[in-house]
Amino acid sequence: MRHLLREAVNRVRAFLREDLLDRELDEEMASHLEMAVEENMRRGLSPEEARRQALVRFGGVQQARELHRESRGLPWLDVLVQDLRYTFRILKRDCGFTTVAVLILALGIGSNIAVFSVVNTILLQPLPFRDPQQLVRIVEKNPKAGESTKTYTADATQDFQQQNHSFESVSGYFAFTAPDNFKLEGSGQSIPATGILVAEGFFQTLGVQPSLGRLFRAEEFVNHAQPVALLSYPFWKTQLGGDRSVVGRSINLSNSSVTVIGVLPHTFDFGSVFSPGAKVDLFVPYIMDDFRDDGNDLALVGRLRQGVSLAKAQNEADQLFPQLYFEHKHPEYGKGYTGQLTGLKEYVSGKLRRSLIVLWCAVGLILLIVCVNLSNLLLARATARNKEFAMRIALGASRRRLVLQLLTESLVLAIAGAIVGLGLAYVVLLYLAHQGSLALPLLRMVRVDGPVLAWTLLIAIGAAVLFGILPGLRMSGGNPQQILKASAGGPGPSDGKKYDRLRSTLVVSEIALACVLLVGAGLLLRSFLHVLDVDLGFEPSHAAAISVDSDDGGDAAKRASIWQEVVRRTTAIPGVEVTGISDNLPMSRNRSWGIAAKGEQKTLNYIDIFVYIVSPGYLEAMGMRLMEGRDITWDDLANNRNVVIINQTVARRLWPGQDPIGRTAVTGGTETQVIGVIADVRESSAEDNSGAQMYLPATKQFGPEGVNLVVRSKLPPTSLAISVMKTLRQINPGQPATEFKPIQALVDHATSPRRFFVLLVGIFSGLGLLLASLGIYGVISYSVTRQTQEIGIRMALGATEARVRRDVIWKTLRLALVGIAVGTFASFVVARLIASLLFQTAQTDPITFVGMVILLGAVGLLAGYLPARRASKIHPMIALRTN
Amino acid sequence: MGKSKLDLLQGTLDVMVLQTLEIMGSLHGYGIARRIEQVSGNEVLLNQGTIYASLVRLQQRGWIAAKWGTSDNNRKAKFYSITKAGQRQLAQDTAYWQRLSGVVGRVLAMQAEGFEQ
Repeated sequence: MRHLLREAVNRVRAFLREDLLDRELDEEMASHLEMAVEENMRRGLSPEEARRQALVRFGGVQQARELHRESRGLPWLDVLVQDLRYTFRILKRDCGFTTVAVLILALGIGSNIAVFSVVNTILLQPLPFRDPQQLVRIVEKNPKAGESTKTYTADATQDFQQQNHSFESVSGYFAFTAPDNFKLEGSGQSIPATGILVAEGFFQTLGVQPSLGRLFRAEEFVNHAQPVALLSYPFWKTQLGGDRSVVGRSINLSNSSVTVIGVLPHTFDFGSVFSPGAKVDLFVPYIMDDFRDDGNDLALVGRLRQGVSLAKAQNEADQLFPQLYFEHKHPEYGKGYTGQLTGLKEYVSGKLRRSLIVLWCAVGLILLIVCVNLSNLLLARATARNKEFAMRIALGASRRRLVLQLLTESLVLAIAGAIVGLGLAYVVLLYLAHQGSLALPLLRMVRVDGPVLAWTLLIAIGAAVLFGILPGLRMSGGNPQQILKASAGGPGPSDGKKYDRLRSTLVVSEIALACVLLVGAGLLLRSFLHVLDVDLGFEPSHAAAISVDSDDGGDAAKRASIWQEVVRRTTAIPGVEVTGISDNLPMSRNRSWGIAAKGEQKTLNYIDIFVYIVSPGYLEAMGMRLMEGRDITWDDLANNRNVVIINQTVARRLWPGQDPIGRTAVTGGTETQVIGVIADVRESSAEDNSGAQMYLPATKQFGPEGVNLVVRSKLPPTSLAISVMKTLRQINPGQPATEFKPIQALVDHATSPRRFFVLLVGIFSGLGLLLASLGIYGVISYSVTRQTQEIGIRMALGATEARVRRDVIWKTLRLALVGIAVGTFASFVVARLIASLLFQTAQTDPITFVGMVILLGAVGLLAGYLPARRASKIHPMIALRTN
Repeated sequence: MGKSKLDLLQGTLDVMVLQTLEIMGSLHGYGIARRIEQVSGNEVLLNQGTIYASLVRLQQRGWIAAKWGTSDNNRKAKFYSITKAGQRQLAQDTAYWQRLSGVVGRVLAMQAEGFEQ
């Protein structure tokens, strides 16, 4: 077999040294002929006869040369190079066609690349951790209200860590971190920073190694341990200038000295996995002893032992969790958790699967439309190139060769489109990856990488075959004799008709595809509008929040006076209507306790309830509506009164059919008096129903976690920010430069995944519509050109301009109507598939369907009107004279 | 002409070239072509030009070597000679051809007998 290998190598070498070998062969053949001539002359022939006979015996010189090339080189590559050269020449000549085709392909392929890389990052790629398939997220089964029911107490966590046999390790992080909960004091102004408390072994469980320094050690998780911190890579880069010597040094973090022990790798992005859209700057140890009596606050992540299946671990969890006590110190609080194990990947991106697949299908449809459009363009050219191909067939080109030549053309177009599309996708992805406001997990890791490039190549080749094969077969299949004979007067009429029918079919399918896209986009858009229309229970516009640093030393009275001062002085700023403070804002992090009505029964029936520790004025500043009773007053804070404002849901559940005002509720182990009822507020998102909520004054019993000042004003937040910050600095010079965030941004963040999908599907359907209308225009316009003579004759025979126009438009409409009919049918099927993504919108939403029909009809009409106008302006004399 | 010339089977030219070089030693393209014509008694239909495709193929497989030289009558020509690998290949091919022609001969003979019976 060695000779085959040697031959292959030699063939490649011969291919590369073509010119040299050709020259050598020519020399060799020349000397061959000379020798033959000499020999013939020796036999007594005349020089002319000798040469003639020598040539006859030799056979064709050119044939010998070609045979030589075929046996020594790479004939198929020769053909390919030839075809490529020819293709470039043709495409350069048809510059306009090439530009349009490449642009259309770039849009189609580019959108496919962009969506694929999002799908690939969020759905297909494993999480960027060691053996990610073994990572499991543990939450309560049927989580009811917010994060508190998805988390566990320190004691329960420790018990589970000790008792389970399924996990190599179980760790977690504090789930209720407020953004900017730390401030980094250094030179000059303090910098707000978000720090996450992580339990022992958190990074080891994930399998993350620091890029500098080390991870936390066991002794750093005990009481009164030396405070240490790990920095995130971006924080280290931007705030500490990427200084490597920072490891081992102390930094001033919220007025205490903390030693930096390491920097995490840039590939580790806590926010994008555990809290989409959030930026996390540093990590500090979660010391269990500090949190023993704080209730559920750890979000758990575990790494399964090698060889333990999820089902087996779940089995064990089902036995262990119900036996776990809430608190060891208070066994009377009872026991009984549940634990639902979900693969971390599934937990992070499972909810998005359907939306992403829809998006993927949408771009797939776009690519199909693009291919149909290209097929159409190529067919239009086919008629023009008919003669060329007939000539080539007549000269002996095989059909296979012609189809290959045409496919080469398609491939060149597709690859050019893919390259431009790759550029487009790169820009789009760069933009997406830096959209912090998009609450999609892993989005920051989206980029153009190996799998994306492979996908690009795949769809480019797929598209080339798809749009090239039909015109290829059509063009090479004609009867050369007929075509060449008809060449005097352009393409024969019957032939044109055949093309027309094929192109019409293509346009109809294009319209049908666009139809499906439009209906899908329409339904999603209607859902999105419904989401925006939801009564949130508060008024997000004209309000903004800023996180305030207040050093009250844990003294409730001091805090009350600071809060009062902050609210009084910020309200006095010109243009400010009202301000108020809460430790928590809707649609950001959440926290829940239990609440029960105190009645005749001995046992209390607790329900889960979201908790807000607030100041007077907060409800008004947020635009929440007090339905009954009164707001909290500064007196309530100053006198530590146990009062509570509840929402309508709570009133309905605890005191059905009764007036809740003045009744007693038990919450946080304290009896409180209900003083007011507010309209329900959408707590977690605009789409979920409101849960139970209560608002407590910040008193001795109810300490806040963080301070958010909400300012309601008609002034734009940017102009307000300066004066509010000035006022806050007057009260507390240590106030860090925290961001002034519009409340609308919170809502936008919560609706951002839906906005993202609607926007993309909308863009794609717009693209589909544009391409479909181009398709209609192309076909009608071409058929008008082809029928110029016919129309001229009809007009000469007395047809009016209006009549001609009407005929062309009618032809267009017929195509559009057939396409719409097919598309509507397909849309019903597709609508059923996306039903679960819809919000308060029926799958058969009539407005969407009617809108689609009108829109497509109108676009079809417009696309037909232009050629129709041209047709009606045909001058019979000129039309007849041209041929 | 009377009898028409034999059309060459695929691959037969390669064997003839190898055999010619084995017997004649170093030879140029024209010499090889002429030699084959003479030996076959002008029965083979050979366009002399096709010999060069065969030569380049054999050369690429490493069965013959080529080198520019001068012919008897002082003409520049490329001289070919068989290599060790070429000799091995020739032995193989010879055995193959002999077996094949033996089998074909026997099969044809059998058919003739069978037809008579």
